[in-house]
Amino acid sequence: MIAITREARASYAFVERNFNLTKRYWGWEVAFLVYAVAGALSVSLIGQSVGDRRLLMSLVVGAVFWNYLSVVFQSIGDTITWERWEGTLEYTMMAPVRRSVQLLGSALYAVVYGLVHTTVLLIVLALFFSLDLGHANLGAAAIFMVVGSASLIGIGMLAAILPMMSVERGSQMVFVLQSCLLLVSGVYYSTEILPSWMQLISRISPATYVLDAIRKALIDGASADQLLPDLWPLLAMAFVFIPLGMWGFGRAEHYAKRTGKLKRVG
Amino acid sequence: MSISVQELTQTPAASQSIVQSVPVGPAALLVDHATKRFKVDRRKPPVVAVDDVSIRIERGEIYGLLGANGSGKSTFIRLVSGLLTLDAGRVEVFGHDLVREEMAVKRLINRVSVDAAFFKKLSPAENLSFAARLYGLDTREAHRKAVAIMARLGIGEKRMSRPVEQMSRGMQQKVAIARAILTSPMLLLLDEPTTGLDPRSKLDVQAFVEELRADHDTTIVLTTHDLAEAERLCGRIGILAGGRLTAEETPECLKSRVAFEYGLPPTLESAFMQYTGRSLDDDIEEGEAEPAD
Repeated sequence: MIAITREARASYAFVERNFNLTKRYWGWEVAFLVYAVAGALSVSLIGQSVGDRRLLMSLVVGAVFWNYLSVVFQSIGDTITWERWEGTLEYTMMAPVRRSVQLLGSALYAVVYGLVHTTVLLIVLALFFSLDLGHANLGAAAIFMVVGSASLIGIGMLAAILPMMSVERGSQMVFVLQSCLLLVSGVYYSTEILPSWMQLISRISPATYVLDAIRKALIDGASADQLLPDLWPLLAMAFVFIPLGMWGFGRAEHYAKRTGKLKRVG
Repeated sequence: MSISVQELTQTPAASQSIVQSVPVGPAALLVDHATKRFKVDRRKPPVVAVDDVSIRIERGEIYGLLGANGSGKSTFIRLVSGLLTLDAGRVEVFGHDLVREEMAVKRLINRVSVDAAFFKKLSPAENLSFAARLYGLDTREAHRKAVAIMARLGIGEKRMSRPVEQMSRGMQQKVAIARAILTSPMLLLLDEPTTGLDPRSKLDVQAFVEELRADHDTTIVLTTHDLAEAERLCGRIGILAGGRLTAEETPECLKSRVAFEYGLPPTLESAFMQYTGRSLDDDIEEGEAEPAD
């Protein structure tokens, strides 16, 4: 019990630190939020201009929930990058804290931060377009956000390995990976219009299933039973990617310690 | 306000403030034939940064490690910190093997490096709170202790809530020292803690280290380019050159030895030049051997 409390306290250290960073960078946080709102509105206005209410809803869901998924992915993927730029990585690695605890803390804050961002975005867009969510299945949408977060956290952990191997190229690769997820996951269009090889890739992106399920839940009011085909792949991906991410992170840490790559860069 | 180091630390003062003549119990730090190589270029053989170094440091000792830039001092500190893996040899901290009992070792050590690394937008209080939580400390108690340590180092409580980036280099280094002391390490690794500090800040830090020696049983490994500092603080000094330990004595013995064996002036600078084969000016010119990203 003492060990669990200790680990929970250590995990909370990352939540508190990231919250403090968010507070200290509040100006940038406001700027990012304004950019996210403007981006989501711009894309959604395409649906408005066509006069297609279903397309509008589809674009709103894509814009809002992609924002959530990308915020979560980026926050976890940048866990190491921030610490390397600041030079604190060696101190964090020296502390008596398991990597799983570190990653869990970072992931937890990423999810909370993403939820706040998304809620603001959703409220603004709902008011702007007078969206009627009366028959939407909000509960099912929430379930898919949670499950989708879990599988995306696993991929984020794998992405966080890259800056450990090479801080600049690693960060670039995290950015490229995020861009690829945006392209193949059907954020603003159906994955059916993608070339067949891209459709294959889209099947291993958690975002594909999350967005598909949330669209069905919010636009069509689909029940949880109807959404099961989207749920199983997400659960399977969470089951595979999270342990894989933690294992990979441990291997990357060992590699960095062997080659002297934990040193400050930047 | 006068606060002794004894009040700031959790463990009571130890009677053995200087090197014990007869070792009792496990060594505070035992480094046995440690070797570390880096591959910096695929076409060239690896650079040996630490080459078969063996050191035994007893509890309560302040051990100085001198050497030119690139001699392996920082690599040695990183090896002991567990930030680098050993290619050969072993490291024990108070009897705990660094590889097999990594978590136990991590709870016993802390480190201050030449660059005070923090989240610079965060305040000292926020940075120290983060460290306290990582080490499982009660945050309220840790804050009280942090305020006391900072006060001892000449930094008032009102500075605790302003971003670190607004502090001078000397102040930042003091916060780094406070972060390390906060966790009550049994073994404290000070890697050039006073490099780049103004004379007053340097004296503050040196006085604090002396207090630690006098009142607390923390064992300290200090790397420095300041020979006067090494002479003032260290019970024993090791000199590294090309990754090898070329000399290891008390400062007095080192000085006597160079005078007796080589006919050089009996100073630590003579010893440094003799056992590193270079001058202090050479030292400033060169960089470290560890590879960049």
